[in-house]
Amino acid sequence: MMTIVFSLFLLTMLVLVAVAILRTDNLFTAVMLSGIFSLLMAANFFVLDAADVALTEAVIGAGISTVLFLGALALTAEKDRSPPVGSWVPLISASALGAVIIYGVLQAPRLGDPNAVVHNHVAPWYLEKTPELIDVPNVVTAVLASFRGYDTLGEVFVVFIACMGVMALLGRVRPRRDSIKLTEYEERSRNLRHHLIPRIVGKMLVPFIVLFGLYVQFHGDFGPGGGFQAGGLIAAGVILYSLLEGDWRGRELVPEWFSSLLVALGALLYAGVGVACMLKGGHFLNYSVLFEDPIKGQHVGILLVELGVGMTVTGVMITVFHAFARRGVR
Amino acid sequence: MELLGLYNYFVFAVLLMVGLYCILARTNIIKSLIGLSIFQGAVFLLYISMDKIDGGTGPIILEGAPADTIYANPLPQVLILTAIVVGISTTALGLAVAVRIREAYGTIEEDKIQEMDREQ
Repeated sequence: MMTIVFSLFLLTMLVLVAVAILRTDNLFTAVMLSGIFSLLMAANFFVLDAADVALTEAVIGAGISTVLFLGALALTAEKDRSPPVGSWVPLISASALGAVIIYGVLQAPRLGDPNAVVHNHVAPWYLEKTPELIDVPNVVTAVLASFRGYDTLGEVFVVFIACMGVMALLGRVRPRRDSIKLTEYEERSRNLRHHLIPRIVGKMLVPFIVLFGLYVQFHGDFGPGGGFQAGGLIAAGVILYSLLEGDWRGRELVPEWFSSLLVALGALLYAGVGVACMLKGGHFLNYSVLFEDPIKGQHVGILLVELGVGMTVTGVMITVFHAFARRGVR
Repeated sequence: MELLGLYNYFVFAVLLMVGLYCILARTNIIKSLIGLSIFQGAVFLLYISMDKIDGGTGPIILEGAPADTIYANPLPQVLILTAIVVGISTTALGLAVAVRIREAYGTIEEDKIQEMDREQ
């Protein structure tokens, strides 16, 4: 009963926050509210038994996405100067979409119905076969890295390409050493060095965030977690440090060549494991052939692939953050 | 009680409407991108709502768990987990485009940009 009341509360809050985002014309407020929106969404996912997704949404949606939006705001504008709505087209199309969808979902199975179609096809097979074929406790990790490894490989490459796109757009412009001195750069780069309490408390948090990220990375087979969450967490630690100490110090901690190297190496490691499987005589990304014992092969394969995912996601998040941060200092 | 079981889907529909309206009605590019992430969040909510089974728990099969334990459906979780990360990457790309537009035009309001394009 408590869970139902709680989830009703969360869902209603989601709608309220979304409407508040729509109504405000201050972009800073809108970005902060969208951080709250993501946090509520993460709580919702947790209530719906999706711990892995909740962790991802909390790290990526509420954490890093908010920082990236703020970085972009610093470079653009803080006020939404849309003219008052002149046309009825948006309202009519949004209402029409809503009406169609509400009509459609009236036929949908009720929440938690065990006889729903989604629960009666491939999902029971995954739950039944995972202990036998892969033998890792977390079925989400097994499906993500092994059963649907092709899918995840594709996603990793999408993230990789998006990162290249951001780099191509925002560029690797360095401040010219002769025209701008280091101290001057530090002065211009925005940081929180004058705010003593956030700086000290925040810096104390950084090692724990990174440690938790590593735990999530290597414990992903057993509990909620894996490469995507870990990458987000480690990057969040580095980004927090950069926010506190300034972009320059952040790039001394994780040099730019290193974060871009991580992006490429992670994707290469993932694809490389697939090629290694082929060389061993199996199909692409069929880890069972890696060792004599197929279960051991699956374990090692999943660990390596998750490591590749973690490296790419960490690298992408840090690189993208620095691309926005550095653009502001020029 | 019957309609309560559909509440998640109604919230999904409302969030889709808010997101779409935000994309269409606002001319500010950053605001449109925020609308896009609301729209995206609505889709995530739909998928994750589908994975729930009454009396179930997260899909982590621990040793010694009773054989009749009900687990949530892992497949929607996998799809959405990766979609969240892809979502932020594409949003970052959109923000980068917005930054470049601002540098080129001095504004991120679509109507003003179109006016400038017409004047040229």
